[in-house]
Amino acid sequence: MVSDAANGAFVEFDRVQKSYDGETLVVKDLNLSIGKGEFLTMLGPSGSGKTTCLMMLAGFETATHGEIRLGGQEINNIPPHKRGIGMVFQNYALFPHMTVAENLAFPLEVRKMGKSEREEKVKRALDMVQMGSFGGRRPAQLSGGQQQRIALARALVFEAELVLMDEPLGALDKQLREHMQFEIKHIADNLGITVVYVTHDQTEALTMSDRVAVFNDGRIQQLDPPDVLYEEPQNSFVAQFIGENNTLSGKVTKMENGRAEVTLDDGEVIDTVPVNVNAVGDKTLVSIRPERVEFNKDRLAPDAHTLKAEVLEFVYMGDIYRTRLRVAGKDDFIVKTRNAPDQRRLQAGEMLEIGWRPQDCRALDA
Amino acid sequence: MTDATAGPDVKTGPTPDNAIREAEAASGPVLAADGTPLKRSLQRALRREKMRALMLISPLLIFILVTFIAPIADMLFRSVENQSVSETLPRTVVALKDWDYNSGEAPDEDVFAAFYVDMIEAEEFKIHTRLGTRLNYEHTGISSLFRQTGRAVGRFDTDEYTDAFVDLNEAWEDPVTWLNLMQVSGIEDVLPETASAWQSWSRIVEENNDVLAEEEPEDFLYTTLYRDLMANGDAVASFEGDEAALLQEAAAAVGEWEPVSLKEQFLDIDEDWADPEIWGTIQAFSPNYTPGYFLNSVDLQMTADGISAQPENQRIYLLLFKRTLFMSLMIMGSCILLGYPVAYLLSNLPMRVSNVLMILVLLPFWTSLLVRTSAWKVLLQQQGVINDILVWLGIVADSNRLVMINNQFGTIVAMTHILLPFMILPLYSVMKTIPPSYVRAAKSLGATNWTAFWRVYFPQSVPGIGAGSILVFILAIGYYITPELVGGTTGTFISNRIAYHISSSLNWGLAAALGTILLAVVLVLYWVYDKIVGIDNVSLG
Repeated sequence: MVSDAANGAFVEFDRVQKSYDGETLVVKDLNLSIGKGEFLTMLGPSGSGKTTCLMMLAGFETATHGEIRLGGQEINNIPPHKRGIGMVFQNYALFPHMTVAENLAFPLEVRKMGKSEREEKVKRALDMVQMGSFGGRRPAQLSGGQQQRIALARALVFEAELVLMDEPLGALDKQLREHMQFEIKHIADNLGITVVYVTHDQTEALTMSDRVAVFNDGRIQQLDPPDVLYEEPQNSFVAQFIGENNTLSGKVTKMENGRAEVTLDDGEVIDTVPVNVNAVGDKTLVSIRPERVEFNKDRLAPDAHTLKAEVLEFVYMGDIYRTRLRVAGKDDFIVKTRNAPDQRRLQAGEMLEIGWRPQDCRALDA
Repeated sequence: MTDATAGPDVKTGPTPDNAIREAEAASGPVLAADGTPLKRSLQRALRREKMRALMLISPLLIFILVTFIAPIADMLFRSVENQSVSETLPRTVVALKDWDYNSGEAPDEDVFAAFYVDMIEAEEFKIHTRLGTRLNYEHTGISSLFRQTGRAVGRFDTDEYTDAFVDLNEAWEDPVTWLNLMQVSGIEDVLPETASAWQSWSRIVEENNDVLAEEEPEDFLYTTLYRDLMANGDAVASFEGDEAALLQEAAAAVGEWEPVSLKEQFLDIDEDWADPEIWGTIQAFSPNYTPGYFLNSVDLQMTADGISAQPENQRIYLLLFKRTLFMSLMIMGSCILLGYPVAYLLSNLPMRVSNVLMILVLLPFWTSLLVRTSAWKVLLQQQGVINDILVWLGIVADSNRLVMINNQFGTIVAMTHILLPFMILPLYSVMKTIPPSYVRAAKSLGATNWTAFWRVYFPQSVPGIGAGSILVFILAIGYYITPELVGGTTGTFISNRIAYHISSSLNWGLAAALGTILLAVVLVLYWVYDKIVGIDNVSLG
């Protein structure tokens, strides 16, 4: 899937498979190249194999088949402590019986670094995460966000070029999480380190990553930069998983000029961009983002297909309005509109005609 | 636009912050809605809940008070209690106060006179043997001395006084005369010994369900009367009251009579009554409370001279205490060594396997203690399974079979086996809470397997070791049945000695003192542990 098996790849998964019980594959034929300095996120629902991939990279799980390379060298048989990969764990895994400074000094100590050098590096790492004055505290005396910073500092203090993060922000509240997302991203950019980040939070993935690998069922479903992933999902799983999405099911009735005409289940016809439908007669799920739906006729192209819709529910959410409609027999069709002075608030029971630009409407696999 | 007088974050009007500021500004205690202070109001609200909670635990509380606290208090009391001397020989104890043991001589006639009356009463109530037993713990031979004396004390030559009084005046034979005389107020100043003896006599008569006015007075009353008349001639001369004439008549006559030496009477029964050691022992143990049992517990003894070491061949308790401590520590140590890997496996294996292992760990709990201990006998004895195998393998010569039981080795092996679950379970419950991510984190940071274990995993399992060690040690230090069965002579604990004193020698005071010391040792060790490790670091899960 990824074509750049170029020599510049820093981390490489080459046809990696993993099975725990010898009967089912948790990771199926994984090929992935990560460039130096890249921030790559593995995103997927639980059980999709993303954490297993991370653990194989860290060395805590062995690949059943295939090769994992780091900087061009095969690391399948190198024990974790010799890989020199920094790692931030889900619950930080700060050693509770050591102070913050001792935690940070630990990786330097096991590398037999001298005391003065150690202290200097610890200090620098603490300053980097703005925790300079917390060296003497115990992890239990820190808040979740502070522990998170220390865990990050610890993974970075021994100057690993690759840092793995396993849902590091999962335990934080929303505001802190958003703040930390930017901070981690900035630190990673400043240091030029390569980061492999695992999360099931798509917002996190979109915010932070250079590229996102969407995992499902042991495979990478799509590997793209966040905007491509969001705007041009390659299959209905990705479309559903990333962001909010409306789907309408139907059949392809005409294919021409890079357009596909889809007849919906209730007989209405719409124009779509064919993504993974091949021929007339294919069943398809049509995907439209809620914010791309338009019900102001003036803004629609004159020849655009429109659908009849009935307003079922209007929810005021502050910055946006979220309206639920009944469209083509489905009553979970969502429209999001910006809260702007000229924006109309729809009333439940109102009848509308809705439309969209054809390129926003993608015919995906059923 | 905004009010210039207010600070940047201070708004006027009703806000939560302002409500708090107002409450703080109001002086005095915070009041509840009905005007009572909030604190009292809160207490009243909580009192009912507290009462209900107390009611719920009261059955257990009462049970513990009755079956646990009370016996311990009783034990502590028994270990110092020593009322039997002063209760049985009240007059002797008083009389002995003036006697100096260091004079090297037996006490004088006065003490023997007091002792005579005490023994008469004690013999009547059969409590002199009990006292003999008690004093025998301190000085061997006293028990039989008291028994012998008890039998003879009623047959002293003091009937000579009786005859002399009766010869002087028939009235002295009449109990009513005595009754009248003893009812005179102030008689105890004139005839102190007689009045005191009369009290004993009243108790004896009452005990036999007889009437004072009908019972003929016994020899010891005449003896005390004689002694009083000899000593207090002046007081008697000025005595006024019933039977004054009779008394003064006797007072005039007694000087002529041949005195009967009570001291000689006692010496006739047994020469030992001349031995100052005996009297020294009685004197030393006359207070109501004594440190004697505790001194015995640490191989000292309280003699008339003061505190001295027990004879060499009777010193066993310090040795036993040391051995108990040493063996308990050994058992604790081997439990740690054997239990730690097992607990580690249990907490790190998959659930299905660890459950099977857990059953194996718990299996000893489901087997009778006696059966387990007996099994070790079968395994370890000289004709036992292990020796047989060793001989069969040719490792040990048949003539030179190993002695593995009825000694310390056997006790340590058997008790380690029995107490192992008490080490494994706390360890397991602590290890279960150590997330595997810690060791993984350590490895990802560059630590080898050993470093990750020693620097990261082990320190976090220390609370489990602490809890297990305290549990095993405290159980071991008071263990009884296993050392009794497999300990032989060199592998027994202090608890076996306590049991011996409870059930065989019946020296409960000493047993209580030993038990108290054991309790104190445990508490001190607990305190030391708290100081060094910190009891907060103990975790049972």
